This record gives sequence, C-alpha cells and structure tokens, in this order.
Amino acid sequence: MKKLIICFILVIASVNTYAQNKNKKVSFEVKGNCAMCKARIEKASLKVKGVKYVNWDIPSKHLKLILDENKCTTLDIKKAIALVGHDTDSAKTDDKTYNDLPPCCKFRDPASIHLDHGTKP
Amino acid sequence: MQLLLKFQFIKVILFALVFLVPLITTSQITISGTVVVNNGKGIAIAQAGVHVYWLDSTANILTNTEGNFQIPYNNKTKKLVFSYPGYQIDTLEVNRPNIGKILLQKEIDLEEVIVKNKIKPLQKSLFDVQNVVTVDSREMLKAACCNLSESFETNPTVDVNISDAVTGAKQIQMLGLNSPYLLFTQENIPSIRGASQIYGLSFIPGSWIESIQITKGSGGVQNGYESISGQINTELVKPLTDKLLFLNVYSNNYERYEFNSRFNKKISENLGTGIYVHGNLRNGIIDNNNDSFLDTPLAEQINLMNRWQYMDSEKGWVSFLTLHYLTDKKNTGQVNFVPQRDKLTTNNWGSEVLSHRLDISSKVGYVFPDLPYQSIGFQTSYNIHDQNSYYGLNQYNIKQNSFYTNLIFNSIINNTQNKIKAGINYSNDFYDEQVNDQLLRRNDNTIGSFFEYSYDNLENLSLVAGIRMDHHNKLGNFLTPRFHIRYALWDKASLRGSFGKGVKGANIFAENQQLFASSRSVEIIENLGKIYGLNPEIAWNFGVSFIQKLYLWNRVLDFSADYYSTQFVDQVIVDWENPRNVSFYNLDGKSYANSLQIDLNYEIVQNLDLRTTYKYYDIMVDFQSGSLTKPLQPKHRFFSNLSYETLPKFNGSQWRFDYTLHWQGKQRLPSTSANPNAYQMESHSPSYGLMNAQITRVFSKKFETYIGGENIANYTQNRAILGYNEPFGTYFDSTILYAPVLGKTYYVGLRYKL
Repeated sequence: MKKLIICFILVIASVNTYAQNKNKKVSFEVKGNCAMCKARIEKASLKVKGVKYVNWDIPSKHLKLILDENKCTTLDIKKAIALVGHDTDSAKTDDKTYNDLPPCCKFRDPASIHLDHGTKP
Repeated sequence: MQLLLKFQFIKVILFALVFLVPLITTSQITISGTVVVNNGKGIAIAQAGVHVYWLDSTANILTNTEGNFQIPYNNKTKKLVFSYPGYQIDTLEVNRPNIGKILLQKEIDLEEVIVKNKIKPLQKSLFDVQNVVTVDSREMLKAACCNLSESFETNPTVDVNISDAVTGAKQIQMLGLNSPYLLFTQENIPSIRGASQIYGLSFIPGSWIESIQITKGSGGVQNGYESISGQINTELVKPLTDKLLFLNVYSNNYERYEFNSRFNKKISENLGTGIYVHGNLRNGIIDNNNDSFLDTPLAEQINLMNRWQYMDSEKGWVSFLTLHYLTDKKNTGQVNFVPQRDKLTTNNWGSEVLSHRLDISSKVGYVFPDLPYQSIGFQTSYNIHDQNSYYGLNQYNIKQNSFYTNLIFNSIINNTQNKIKAGINYSNDFYDEQVNDQLLRRNDNTIGSFFEYSYDNLENLSLVAGIRMDHHNKLGNFLTPRFHIRYALWDKASLRGSFGKGVKGANIFAENQQLFASSRSVEIIENLGKIYGLNPEIAWNFGVSFIQKLYLWNRVLDFSADYYSTQFVDQVIVDWENPRNVSFYNLDGKSYANSLQIDLNYEIVQNLDLRTTYKYYDIMVDFQSGSLTKPLQPKHRFFSNLSYETLPKFNGSQWRFDYTLHWQGKQRLPSTSANPNAYQMESHSPSYGLMNAQITRVFSKKFETYIGGENIANYTQNRAILGYNEPFGTYFDSTILYAPVLGKTYYVGLRYKL
C-alpha cells in the first residue's frame, strides 16, 4: 500500500513536471547584425517543429519565440540557428558556415556592423 | 665532463641570446614625440596626460606636462595609439624613433547621418500575395482631388469616366467594368454601394483620406461576395496619428470653392478624437458649349465627421468610433431653369438631387498580448441614405437603411507560416425607391461565414485561399471561393495568379441614374428573378500578373504587366442600343471583359519620376440585338505621369511639379441609327487626350500653395447632349458621353498644417 502511494505520488509529480506549456514564451540572444540576419534567423527558427512565432529584434539582438514545449526545446532552436550561421550561448556555428555569410552579416567582426547592409551582396 | 660543461655553457649562452636579444633590441629603441592640441585659436599647445600605447597592448604611458612621451619600441604592431578624452583617437604607424609632433583633433559630435529612401506615393508590392496598389496621401496632393472620385486622376489602375452630360458625376472603372462591380470599403467596412453607387465617391473628401488600397481581381473573402473586378479600400486619417490641424481651401475659375479642415486632439496617451469638416460650393453658371445646359452642376455640400480612436498596445486593444453626416445638393439642367418655378414642368429642363446621409461605424480589435499572432476584430456599421431627386419630368427617390456587422478571428496553424482567418458577417439593406409613380420596396439580408488560409514558405511562395458561404434572402445559398498565389521567380520579380467568384444583385436604377436624364423609356425584361424581376449577377475573375523591379543606371525601374479576364455566368445587361429606351435583362449568351495593363515606372534623374501605362480592353457582351463590344469603352488607353520635386530645404520648402496625360482610343457609341439624321451620332468617338498639370510651392512644413489646370488642352465633346434644343422631345439624350463637357479648368489652393 505504502509503495502504491509512493508510486502514485511519483506519477503525479512527474506529470506535474512534464505538464508543459503549449505557448511557452522564450527569449535569448542571437548574434547577428542586419535585416538579412533577421530573415535568416527567423526563417531557421520558425522551421523548427513546435515553434509558432519568432521575432528577432535587430538593436537588442534578442530573439523572442513562442513555442510548444512538447515539440521542441530551446536547444533545438539554437542548433537550427547555428546551422545557418548564427551564434547563441549554447550553440556556435561552424567556421565554414560562418565564412559563407555575406560580409555585412559577419557578426564576429566588430567592424561588420558598420558595413552597408543594403541589398547588394 | 668539461666538454659537457662547455656544452652547458654554450647552451646557456644560446638560450640567453635567443631570449635576450629581442629584449635588448626592443629596450634599445625608444620612440619619442610630443602630443599637441589646438588651443581653439589656431595655436598648437602641448597636452599632458594623453594615453600613448601600442595597438593591441594594454600597457600605456602618459605624456608629461610638455606633452612629451617616450615608449619602448614594439615591432609587432608598429602602430601607436594616442587617446585623450574629448579628442579623436589617433593611430600612427611608427617608422622612426622620433615621430615629432602629433596633433590631436577635437572630437566632433557628428550628428547621425540618416540615409533616407523615399517611399514612392504609389506602391506596388513585390511580396503581397494579391495584386495591390497602395496610394498614399501624397499622391492625392498631385491633383486638386477634392474628393475620392477625383483622387484616381494620377492613377492608371483605375479609369475615371463621367456618367452623363448633365449630372457630371465621375464614375470609376476597373478592368473595364463599372464601379458597381467593384467593392468599396472604408476601413474594411463596405461603404459605397446600393443607393450611393453613383454619387458616393464624391462624399469622401480627398483630404480626409490617409491611403487607398486598390486590389485588382477577385480580392479576399473577408468583406463579402459582391466584388467582381476588384476592391478599393480607403483608410481615413486617424486622430492619434494625424496632424493636429489641417486647413485647405481651393477655388477654380468656374466658381467652385472647397474648404477642408481637420482638427485632432489627444485626450490621453490612448484616446484621441478628431473633427473633420468639409464644405463645397459650385456657383458658376457655365455654358461654354452654348447648348443651353449647364456644363457643370451647381452644388453645395456640407460634410462632417467625428472620429474617436482608442489604442492600448500593451493590453492589445484598438477601437474606433466614427460618426459621419453629410448633406449634398446638386442642381443642374438648362441655364434658365429656376427650381421653385420650373420643377417638374416643361418650362425649362432641370434637375435637383438632394442627398442626406448618416454613417455610424465602430470597430473593436483585440490582439492577445501573449500571442501576437492571434486577434479578434468586431466591426459594425449603420447608415441611412436618403436621396430625393428629379431629372426633368422623371422623379427618382431612393432611401436605403443598411446595417452591417462582421466578427473576425485571426490565428495560426502550427506556426506563423500558416495563418487563418475565420469569421461571420451579417448585413441588412432596406431599400425604398420611387421611380416616377412606381413604388419599389425591398429588404435584402445576408448571413455569411468565411474562412481564409494563407501560407508563406518564407522564400518564394505564398498563397491565400478563401471561401465563404452565404445565405441571402433573395439570392439563396451560395459559395464564393477566391484564391491568390505569388511566386518569386528570381530577385525582385514576382509572378501572381488569382481566381475568384463574385455575386451581386443589380440595383438597376441607382446604378444607372443617368438614364433619367434622357427621353428613353425603361424596359425591364423580367424572368422571375427576385430583384426587379431579374436574376443576380455571377462572374468569375481570373488574373495573372508579373512585376519586376530592378536598378537601371542606379535608379529604380519597375515593370509590371497584368492580364485579367472576367467571365460572366449571369449578368444584368444594361442595353442602350435602342435610342428610344434602356432595357435591363439577364444575359443570354456570353459576356466577358479581358484587360491587359503594362506599366513602366522609372526615376529618370533624381526626383524626376515617370510613369507610363498602356491598357488594352476587350469587352464583349451578347445583347439581344447581337454580340457587341461594350459601348463608351475605348479599346486602347495610354497614361503618362511625370512628376518632379526639388530637394526640400531644411525648413521643408520645395517645389513640386506634376503633369498627367490620359489618352484614350476611339470608343463605340450606342447606336443612334433609329433617330432622324439630325439626332444621330457617329458610330465611334474620335480618340483624344486629356492633360492635367499642377505646381505646388511648399513654403515650410506648415504652409503650401498650389496652382493647377485640368483638361488644359481644352478637349470637350462636340455635341454632348442629343436633342438639347427640345429637352422634352423624343430625342433628348445626355447619356452618350465619351469626353468631358467642361473645358479647361484652372484652380488655386492652399494648405496649412500644424
């Protein structure tokens, strides 16, 4: 009986811990510079299953998301963003992808922010 | 052993050499110099306390009171940095031990340089799924455009026609179809329809308009099933974003005077109200073509609007309340006509049209603060339109009471790539008409629901698919599907396609009021339909369009071409082919309107913009008398607009010049062969061109004046009214109008804003 109660409590507890938010608001920093970065970051993160809404703010570099926690984690999104060339605290992009970014998007170079972020590549 | 020691020793020496030599060499050379600054009077003085350091190193020294410094040479970077608060950081490449005087420059606070790219006042989007042209208020300043009907003069998408030679009402056309086939909305609430179809466009003053969105083709499903060839949405100025005060006066050489004012007040951060007043007076008795009829009606209009706007973006609420009242009086006919004496007599031919209108509308929108993609909107409007009129001996009165309400929900499926819109609407129109001694009453109501799905793959493909289901008390149950797709072919090029259905009941008298200004009898060939005994009009519209924007010699060029085809399944034909009557009957056979438009817009030199458009129309209708092209419709049209503005000075002053040419090819005229020779017209009109021009002088951001001319080449129709000498005779007809009646017009005006 005692065991059963413990089991029950454990089940309840686990249900509680796993009762996840379907419209979880998340925000984290993503390195980047310009409107081209914005389009790239938003596209990559929106394509992660479970992500409902994204908005990367150019001045603050913060990516705001609404996601379904049952379907994806923040790390999944950070990895997806790293795959297209942008760094976050827990996922860095590889050099090959980074080097392929247009000059104005090379956010690791502090001077790149001053480049022309026009439409010309 | 000794050898080993020797080796040890040599090792030590070598070690010392290897490691010490560079140290020695660096410590050997020191770099010296003096840092000076400008004392403000052009004399260099020594500056103490300047930080001197090698680039990429942190160790730094300071200059002494004589401005001198000495720093050991660093051959790695060779770049010496000088930094002092308030001065620009200077970096020098060191190539000699004494680098002498270094003059630091004062830091100048450069104001942020903003590179602006002006948005063109006429915008065609590359990314919108639908073919939408957005016209903003600057475009409307290019012509005198006192009201909505005149605000399309510089816009090639819409054709402006004059309905007849007596009332002078301007009517618009799109894709070769008259305005009843268009859906007008005011801030997404259906507005100019039913009773106000002919004169309604002159009830919205141009200066109250913030922007106009013209959608070619079938449009969306949200605002109803009535649109067939397009939708025109007007956004009015909003109290929270509009200027505090706006005043405009206008007058022309035919004694037409207009007054416009807008006054806005912010009651709090979230609440604003605006009071808008318009008045106009046309007082000139003009008969330049000597046909004893006025070339332009005498008119008076008082138009008042009060708007309230509430907006709380944090909590997600936005709300509008609009009250609009107007009274409009038009008086036209023969010069000697005196309404009090001659009304409904054969003394003189005359007409009076008196309209009163009240509109009340409200909107509430709520965006879920936690879910920015989810919102609910609720719109409701009520209006009363009351027109009392007579045209010669014909009396026509129409009263329309309308109620409209719409609830709409916006959200997403999975993510913002898949958006949905769903909603319901209800509308009720009560019509009370008097056509001479015939009383016609009817009540139309519709309840409908709609669903729209839009998809965007975030790269090159987006689409909108919508469907609505309606129940109309006279037209029954029907489905209205509409579909739009956009595909980006390559950089800055979009290909669009659309198709959709539209259904409407024809308000035959309200839409064709000009028939009363003729001796034509009215004949309705009924077929047991529910509205005037006629069946509803049903049409499909198909369209493709292509747009390419590119840089040519560093300036934007945009090219677009579109082709639309409207195929009528059923139509209420308005048949003018017999000069004795006008008959209305349902289509038996084929009716279609095909249109091709090609635009080329280019900024020739800075601020000199050219727009050119060619349009081709192929419109065929199976009349009872046979298959004919639509009358009074040119096959070819050409449009060109040239505008230039000088660069605005700091206080905002500038000059603006604008020139527009409309050329239209010959038009087929309704047959008059049954008339005696003296009352016959040619089978086709000649082709002709109309030119407008305007010069605006902006004195400051607050004040500007303008002067302009319309129809400056003075082209008018030779004989605008058939049988004008016998207005009560058999052959009197003012409806065959293909060119303006009024000759060249000059106007001046001024605008003041705060």
